[in-house]
Order: sequence, then C-alpha cells, then structure tokens
Amino acid sequence: MSALRILVPVKRVIDYAVKPRVNKAQTGVETAGVKHSMNPFDELSVEESVRIREKKSAPGGVEDICVISAGPPKAADVLRTAMAMGADRGIHVDVKEGEDLEPLSVAKLLKAVVDKEKSNLVILGKQSIDDDAAQTGQMLAGLLGWPQATQASKVTFGAGDTVEVTKEVDGGAETVRAKLPMVITTDLRLNEPRYASLPNIMKAKKKPLVKMSLSDLGIANERRLKIVKVTEPPPREGGGKVEDVDGLISKLRELGAI
Amino acid sequence: MLFSTASRTLLRGVGSLPRSTSVLSNPFNNSPSALRRLLSSLAVLEQRDGKLNHGSLSAITAAKKLGGSIHGFVAGSNIKPVAEEAAKVEGVEKIIAVDNAAYDKGLPENFAPLLVENIKKGGYTHIIAGHTAFGKSLLPRVAALLDSQQISDITAIENENTFVRPIYAGNAIATVESSDPVKVITIRGTAFPAAEAQGGSATIEDGVDPNVEISVEWVSEDLAKSDRPDLATAGKVVAGGRGLKSKTGFDNIMLPLADSLNAAVGASRAAVDSGYADNSLQVGQTGKVVAPQLYLAVGISGAIQHLAGMKDSKVIAAINKDPEAPIFQVADVGLVGDLFDKVPELTKKLKSS
Repeated sequence: MSALRILVPVKRVIDYAVKPRVNKAQTGVETAGVKHSMNPFDELSVEESVRIREKKSAPGGVEDICVISAGPPKAADVLRTAMAMGADRGIHVDVKEGEDLEPLSVAKLLKAVVDKEKSNLVILGKQSIDDDAAQTGQMLAGLLGWPQATQASKVTFGAGDTVEVTKEVDGGAETVRAKLPMVITTDLRLNEPRYASLPNIMKAKKKPLVKMSLSDLGIANERRLKIVKVTEPPPREGGGKVEDVDGLISKLRELGAI
Repeated sequence: MLFSTASRTLLRGVGSLPRSTSVLSNPFNNSPSALRRLLSSLAVLEQRDGKLNHGSLSAITAAKKLGGSIHGFVAGSNIKPVAEEAAKVEGVEKIIAVDNAAYDKGLPENFAPLLVENIKKGGYTHIIAGHTAFGKSLLPRVAALLDSQQISDITAIENENTFVRPIYAGNAIATVESSDPVKVITIRGTAFPAAEAQGGSATIEDGVDPNVEISVEWVSEDLAKSDRPDLATAGKVVAGGRGLKSKTGFDNIMLPLADSLNAAVGASRAAVDSGYADNSLQVGQTGKVVAPQLYLAVGISGAIQHLAGMKDSKVIAAINKDPEAPIFQVADVGLVGDLFDKVPELTKKLKSS
C-alpha cells in the first residue's frame, strides 16, 4: 500500500457572507478592505485530508499533507489557517494582486507541483465561490491522466490502493472506484470543517511555508479570457406584502403565476 | 440578450455575403465572413438508459444563437434510437454517435478522450454542454486536453467569442471574451430553453472511438425517486427552509402544497443540512439553479447563496414569520405569518379552486 502524499490546493476568496460590490470601473468587484477567507469548499478538502490521517482510514497511512495556494502575499494567511487545521506544510506561489490565474493555468501549476512533490492524491474544492468556474480539479486530472471523482460526499479507502468515492450528481448520488493516484473534489456534505484552536494556530506559525514563483514551476500566466466588463445583476424589487392567504392567491393570479 | 429568430436568419444571410461594411457594422459579426463560415458547434447531448435527456437540448439552443453549423454528439450502448431521436431536433445538421457500452455512465476518464478525438476530427470551433453534473465533470477535462480555458455556466452569448456569466453567486455578471481557437462552454439550462425535439432531419454518422482504457470503475448509484416535476425544469417550484423545523414538518407541509400546484419541491441548504430534505433538492449557488414561472419560498430567510439559485424566477412569493427576512426584498408577493397555519390554508384553498 502506498502511503498518501496529499496535496490540497486552497484559495483565498472574498468571505462567503460578504455581498460583493462591482467596482466603479466595471472591471471586477471591490476587494480592498473586504473580508477574505479560505474558499469554503477548500476547508472541506483540508478537513478531509486531516481526518484521513486521524481516522487512519487509508491502509498505507498518510505521509504528508501539503497545502498550496497561488495568489498575493495575503494568500499565506489561508495557508496558515490550513496548517492550523492540521496540514503539515505549505507552498505559497506568489502571484501579484490583480493578476489572478485562470483555472487552466492553476491546473498546469498544480501538475508541476504534483510531479515535484510526488503527490498521489489531490483533494480540491468543487468550485471557488468567486469565479464559480468548477474546473480546476477536472483539468488537473485531465492533464495528469488520473481518474477524477468530483463533488465527493464520501471517500473510503480499500485494499490495493483503491479509493471509493460517492459523488453528488443530479437527482442523487453515484459511487465510483479508482486506484491511486487520483483527484477528488469536495462537496458540502463531505464533512464539517473544524475551527483551528488557538494552540494550533500558534503551532502553525512554526510549520514550514515555502515561497515560490510561477517561473520556479515553469508556468506563465497566460490569460485566455479577457474580462470585457463586470456589472451588477439587474436589481429585483420586492412587490410588497399581502395580509392573508386570500390576498396571496389573488396576487399570484394577478401576476399570472397560478 | 436573446436574439430573435428573425435576426438570426438575417445574420446567416449576411454571413454568406462578401465582406462589406454592413457585415462589419453588425455587432454580432466582428470577424471576417470567411471565418464565420467556419464556425461550427458540437452540442454534447446526454442520455440515460437509452433515452435522450431533453434538458440537454439546451446546448443546441445555445449553438443556434452562435450561428454556423450544429452537430450533436451522443455515446453509449445501443445508441441508435437516441441518435435517431436527436436527429429530429430542429436545426441540427448531423448527429455523431458512438455505440459503445463503455460510455454509458458518462465517465470523464474515457468520455473526455472520446470527445477530444471527435472534436479534432470535426474541426469544431465551439463545444457546448449543459452545466449539469455530467457537463461539469466532463467538459473541464476536455478543455484541458484541448488546452482551452473553459467558459462555465454562461447565461448569454454576445457573439462567437464573447459570453456572459454570473460570478460571485450571481452577485456580479461578467462579460468575457475568449481568445482560444476552440471554445469549450457549459451553459446554464434555465437561460437557454431546450430546442424543439421535432422538425429536424439530421444525418447520423458514426464517430471515432479511441477506446481509451478506463481507469475508474462505476460502482452504483442512488437516485431519488419522484413523480413530481423535475426541479431544474419545473414551471413551478415550492421550496422549504429551516422554518419547517423537521423532516416530518417538511413532508407534511411542503409535499401537499407541491401537489396542489403541480410543482417541484426544492429546499434551502439549511433544510438539506438539517436532514429535512434530500440534497438533490437544494436550490442555490451550491445546488440547483432554477428559473420557474413561480417560486414559492416557505420558511426560507433568503441568504445570498440561496438567492443565487432562484432570483431569475418569473414570480417569487414568500411565506415567512419574520417580516425583516431578506427574502421579502426580492419577493413579488410576501405573506408574513406562521407557515404551519398559512401553508395548509393555502394548500386547501388552491385545491378547492
């Protein structure tokens, strides 16, 4: 049985509870002074990796949990959070503010890191809540030629390097089985991420965090999509309230909804 | 954002004319006419157990908005009846079919190389699939193999290079222009109605089958059984939230209401996480995106992640006991009250009318 060398990509995004505002120039959303945190789906990936080790659910054990993020200096904060949750070490790929990578470039970057770190399991979030693309994990699996299990709600390890993953699909769930190495993307029901305790936050400060550049990994930030503009969605105005059920029914009739 | 049939027909005509100022001044046609003639789309259609998934015909609607020729792609065992059905869809020139049981489950590990081979053979400029579980899992893998940056979950097409898609849970709308020679696109089903499954007479052609060895084994599936309309495509949706308080409450209150309206049942993430409803019913950024004629939210406060999944509904109605609930800011009609009183009364009155 191979020991697991897990790579967990995490992304720093605008906090899920913040309502983003489109900037005046209509080139993106306001990010300055806005609360950021780890992409919620990436918290699930970190949690799952740590649980695999704690519950000794993989027959070969867990040798290493490495978290990686590509972004501006503040991306290091989410790496520290991930290490406080139990990851062993971090890699920060420095990318200038406003020069975000597209999913394809991230997938290429991750492929280079997988090769370098000899990872045999990559656990990613199913999508990031900023660009909502839902691509990176599948692209990485494609570039590596590895099996993929997207939108995982359950991960079980078996003999002979097999991994069984239950995936959320339209209308229910589907289970697939593959052999390591593989790529898994996490869905909300996989687990409930822990909060990092204060002692663990202190300990995480001492864990190794390596800084790299795109060129160290032989990657160029090649953008294929040009953002023409970003606008607010057309506002929806509430139509007021009615007094009772009869009022509700007659209003719905009036609107042609029933 | 939608183009009428008339303007589309006009554009087709223009595309075949020599390059002229009228062509250049057309906002839909900012490339030379020679390039326009090469525009060809492949719509990736879904099938299950030998039946064509009509929801996936939205990909053909999107392809029609692009103009150019449209081919459809299907693969699986005994694919002929599916291909024949797809061939009747209006606007499709050709159906590429690959008959091989290895593709029945739509596993991306072999389906992606299969598509790539057929895309290369057909020389398509646009690959379109629904932003469904199948499309989401498959297309990015295809895009990576083609070295193309996919454009996900688009809601409108401005021209052959420019697409509109929601970001930040629908709190912002981005218009993006792709420079990739092959555009790989997933579409939001609610933004593109399924193409008519009749009126066409496409030819059916066998596709190439690379027979890539499969590295993953399909084990089982567990699909929720329901006689009610499908959530993603229903004309009416009633959705319950945390306010239902229990699974029993959800079933006793929401299911009769759904039946009285012939509506699909949806749920907020809170209701799903609390175990009141199956997770396939979740509406929101991380669940299904719906845009029915009527969306009736019961005991749902209206968090932004939930609104992302339903705010394009034609009419939104809400029943909630909290008059300050954010759902009332988007609802066309709101009723403040205890859902355990109001909903049964509503159900009764709808049934008797």
